[in-house]
Formats: sequence, structure tokens, C-alpha cells
Amino acid sequence: MATGLVLVALFVAAGAGYENFLSARVVLNLFKDRAFLGVVAVGMTFVILSGGIDLSVGAVMAFTTVFLAKVIGGLGWSAPVAMLAAVGIGVGFGLFQGWVIHYFRIPAFLVTLAGMFLARGMAFVVSPRSVEIRSAFYDDLGERGLPLGEGLLLTVGPLIYLVVVAAGMVVAHGTRFGRNVYALGGNEASAALMGLPVGATRVAVYGVCGGCAALGGVISTLALSSGDPTRGTGLELDAIAAAVIGGTVLTGGRGWVFGTFLGVLILGTIKTILDFDGSLDPAWLRIASGGLLLGFILLQKLIARQRVS
Amino acid sequence: MKEIRSTLVWPLVALVVLLVFNAVASPGFFHVEWKDGRLFGTVVDIFNQGARVPMLLALGMTLVIATGGVDLSVGSIMAVSGAVAAMQVNAGASMGQAVAAGLGLATLLGLVNGVLIARVGLQPIIATLVMMVAGRGLAMLLTGSQMVPFANRSLTWLANGSVGGLPVPVVLVLLLAGVTGWLLRRTAAGLFIEATGDNEKASRLAGIQTGGVRLAVYGFSGFCAGLSGVLEAANISAADPARIGDTRELDAIFAVVAGGTALTGGRFSLAGSVVGALLLQTLTLTLYNQNVAPAVAPVPKAVVILAVCLLHSPRLRARFGKRTQSVAA
Repeated sequence: MATGLVLVALFVAAGAGYENFLSARVVLNLFKDRAFLGVVAVGMTFVILSGGIDLSVGAVMAFTTVFLAKVIGGLGWSAPVAMLAAVGIGVGFGLFQGWVIHYFRIPAFLVTLAGMFLARGMAFVVSPRSVEIRSAFYDDLGERGLPLGEGLLLTVGPLIYLVVVAAGMVVAHGTRFGRNVYALGGNEASAALMGLPVGATRVAVYGVCGGCAALGGVISTLALSSGDPTRGTGLELDAIAAAVIGGTVLTGGRGWVFGTFLGVLILGTIKTILDFDGSLDPAWLRIASGGLLLGFILLQKLIARQRVS
Repeated sequence: MKEIRSTLVWPLVALVVLLVFNAVASPGFFHVEWKDGRLFGTVVDIFNQGARVPMLLALGMTLVIATGGVDLSVGSIMAVSGAVAAMQVNAGASMGQAVAAGLGLATLLGLVNGVLIARVGLQPIIATLVMMVAGRGLAMLLTGSQMVPFANRSLTWLANGSVGGLPVPVVLVLLLAGVTGWLLRRTAAGLFIEATGDNEKASRLAGIQTGGVRLAVYGFSGFCAGLSGVLEAANISAADPARIGDTRELDAIFAVVAGGTALTGGRFSLAGSVVGALLLQTLTLTLYNQNVAPAVAPVPKAVVILAVCLLHSPRLRARFGKRTQSVAA
């Protein structure tokens, strides 16, 4: 609720403040620009719902982009195969992290922090510099999309994003796996007592998140036609922020995938406003997203406190 | 006392193994010479660089982790304090004023973490993650994302000078570690910290001001990070808001965990963290000597830290049964 209001308020304020802000093109660009974050944030939502956290997403995304650039450009793999392999690696990496977290009882933040350095380092091993991707498949995909009239095109990246959000909503709210995730995040002990597969669910959640991070990397290469080992620095906070702004509670068990979708749009709108203005220091983007995240967590605390009393 | 000694065994063994490897792989590794009234040599460098960042950060991080928390914002706080100190000397302040300004702001940011965690009740990971991002933004904002070079002899001396033949940072940090350790073990403060990490509710019921304890450890962690940031800037006579302290939070956690402080809180070993920091710095230098690119260096570090955590994990210990238990006892 609050999330939707903030989004509308931001748009109205920006529309009043800047000319040409309220146009389909701006909104479309916002989707195009933030599609990778949106996909990563959906994965993050699942992890947070299960009561965990994944700090490795930005690094996994970076690794995916250079991996794609290397195998398509350097080894001559066909692009679709490379993309599938990249997502596979992401899922595998996530499953491994989930396994370590669950079976060795090591805090999730530590395992995924180590995973973050591991994946970031591996990205630099693959390529220390940004690499351009030249592929007919990429050029072709770049021109395709869903025509929306008036010469506007919903390109593949945002399209994947919307599909992932829809799939995430179905999985979270309509399947057994989704219910297990909520149960695990709500209270692990009672979930285990009810006979739910706690271990398998937790491992799978990190697999989903790793896969989403890799898919975010694929989208990022689609948008920029290059791989870069430094891409996605600080992405983990944006993804966490999007989920929290969207109403997902950090202690797990409560939240909505659709809320995360709105959260991503809010963060995207702030970035668009900063881009539109041009006179503001880009450092404000970091401070604003940190501050916004803090504000929403405080709001959650307040609501939780009122419910108790 | 026996417990502390046994947690020191493994990091020391690892350190010795690394040193032996280096002695074999790179001749002259242990060569130390006396020149211009101070010591020079690779081992001195390890101590110097180890003291400047990992050891300092680990000091604060040890206490934070002992209370069951974690501080991910140390790298960003380093950047802020380094930038503030550099801008202060450029504005005509003396070395003392500049360092005080940097340390003051860093401590303040640490206290903000503490307030968010102890008073507002945020999870430590989240509160300090926010500070990690916002702090880096603050450093960039203060400097306009530009490197801040400065020419101030006394500030540079802090990182490159020597006292009694030893580099200033080594003396400074060992002194700080010694005083901190002495204060914590000679007063009840250390016990309060361990009690808070062990069982916060019980400690509170027993009359310990757990909120105050947590506030203090995050403030102290901010202070240590601030000093580290000032020394980093002093070392190259410039503050780089984007690079100072980048990814150093894992270094600090590495040093603490390798030194035998459990991530779950409840007990800590400052001496262990100092050894852990030396281990980390030796590992970094070894990788450098073996021509591993700096950007790739986090990979082996991440592997080692995971391995150490696995060794600490109850499940693995249970599998090895009595043998590990007797080591831990």
C-alpha cells in the first residue's frame, strides 16, 4: 500500500518538476534500464522470504556478463547455449551456497559474502577488462520485442523481467514450494515439525536466487552488448532495498513478489529523476537508496510495534 | 586462559606454514636490514601493512562479532575518514586537527550504526549494509568523487615514519590493541561484551546494559575504521574516496574468524585477531609474490575463510568426534 503511494507520489512530483517526465518513453526506458535489477530482486525476495540473505548477486551477475562475452566471443559458442550455461552456473553456484549454509549451519551473510568475493574474483580471472560482445544473435534480439504502438518497442530484457515477475508471483503464492518458503521464513522449527522439507527448500531458494542473478547478467549483456567484471557493484543492496521497500519483511515469512516489482520501479524512478536533473551528484543515488531502505525498515518496525500493542 | 591458547594454535600453524612456503619460494623473504634509523624488509612490510588495515579493522570487528553482530560498513567509514582528514589538512588544519576530525566523524558513523542496532532494533547486517552504501556515497559526495592529494609532512609521517626503528602504524596499532585488551580483561567490560553476545536477554535481566554495550562496540569499530582510513590516506598522501577500504570488510571478518572468535558471538580473542590479520597480510603478500593479479586475490581468500568456517562448524566437528573436541577444549 505505502509502496504504491510512494511510487505515485514520486511520479507526480517528478512530472510537476520536470518537463516531459510523464511520457511512455521515459517509463519504457525505466523498465529497460532496471530490468536486470528487477530480475535479481525477485530472486532476492525468495531468499529474504525464507529468512536468509544473499550478498553474492551482484558478483554473480558480473561473472555472468564476462562469461558470456568470453565464451561467445573467444570460444565461439552459440549465444543461446552460452546463456543457458550461464544461468546453469548461477543456479549451481546458488545451490552450493545454500548447501553450505544449511548443512554446516554457517550464517548466510558470511557464506554469500565469501561467495561475492569468489564470484567477483572469478569474473576478473575470466577477463580483467570490459569485453564487447559481437554476435548476430544479440543484434537480432536487440531489434525484436513487443511493439506498443507509436514506434515504442518493449525489448527482450524488460519482457524477460515481466515474465520473471509473473512466474515469481505464481511460484510464491500458488505452489507448494512457495508455501514452504513462507513457512521456513516464518518459523523454521515449526516448519520442520510440520514435516516440511526445510533443508531442500533452503538450498533451492539460494539456487533460485543464483539463477535470477545470472539471468540478470544475461539481460545486462543484452542491454549493453558487453561483459564487465566490475558490473553490479552494490547491486545486492539495491535488490534488498527493492524487496524491503516492496513490503517484504527482513526477518522472513512475510512479503510479496509484486511489492518487489513496485520497489524496483521506485528505485528506478529515483534514478531517472537524478538523470533528468543532471545537476545532482551521482553519489546522491547511493545515499538516497540507503536512506530510502532505512526509512522503509523503520516504517515496518513501526507497523509491527503497533500490531503488538 | 587455556581456551584462548588453543584457539591461537591453528592460525599460528597456518602462519608458520605460509612463512615457510615463502622462505622457500622467494629467497630473501626474511631479510631485514637497518637503514636510516629504521628496519626494512618484507617481514616488516607485512607487519606494517597488516597493522594499517586488517589489524585495526579486526580490533573493532572482534568486539562487534563478540556481541553477535557484524559491521559491514568499515570499508566505507575508512573512505569517509580518509577523505575528511585529507580535506582538513588541505584547508589548513594541523595534523592533529585533521586526524581528530576524521576519527570523530568515523566514530559518529559507528555510533549511528549502534543506535540503529541497539535502540531501533535493526539487524546488524542490514544497518551496517545501509551504512556501507551510504557511507561510500558520503565519501564521494564530500570529495566530488575526486582523489584528494595533500602535502602534509606530519600526516604522511603517521603512515611512513618510524618510532624506535619500527613503523609508526605498527607501534600505534599494537599499543591500541594492548590497551584495549588490557582494559577489557582487567575490567568487567570484556565480560559484558561476551555476555551480550552469548545471551542478550539473560544479560539484560542480569543487569547488564546490553544496549549500551552494543552502542559502544559499534562506535569503537567506527573509530578503528576511521584510524585505518586516515593511515591509508597518509600512506600515499592522497585520499581516494572510491578505493580506500573497498572490500576490506571481508579482510576484517577473515582476520577475526581465523583468529578463533566465533561468528555466533559470546567469546573473543584479540590476540587471535592480531594473528589472523598477520595471516591475512602474509597470504596477500604471498599471492602478490606468486604473481596473482590483485583483482583475483579475493578468490583464494574467500576459499580460506570458508574453509576456516567449515572447521568451526558443529556438524563437521561432530563428524570428527573426540579428536576435534579435545582441540577445542
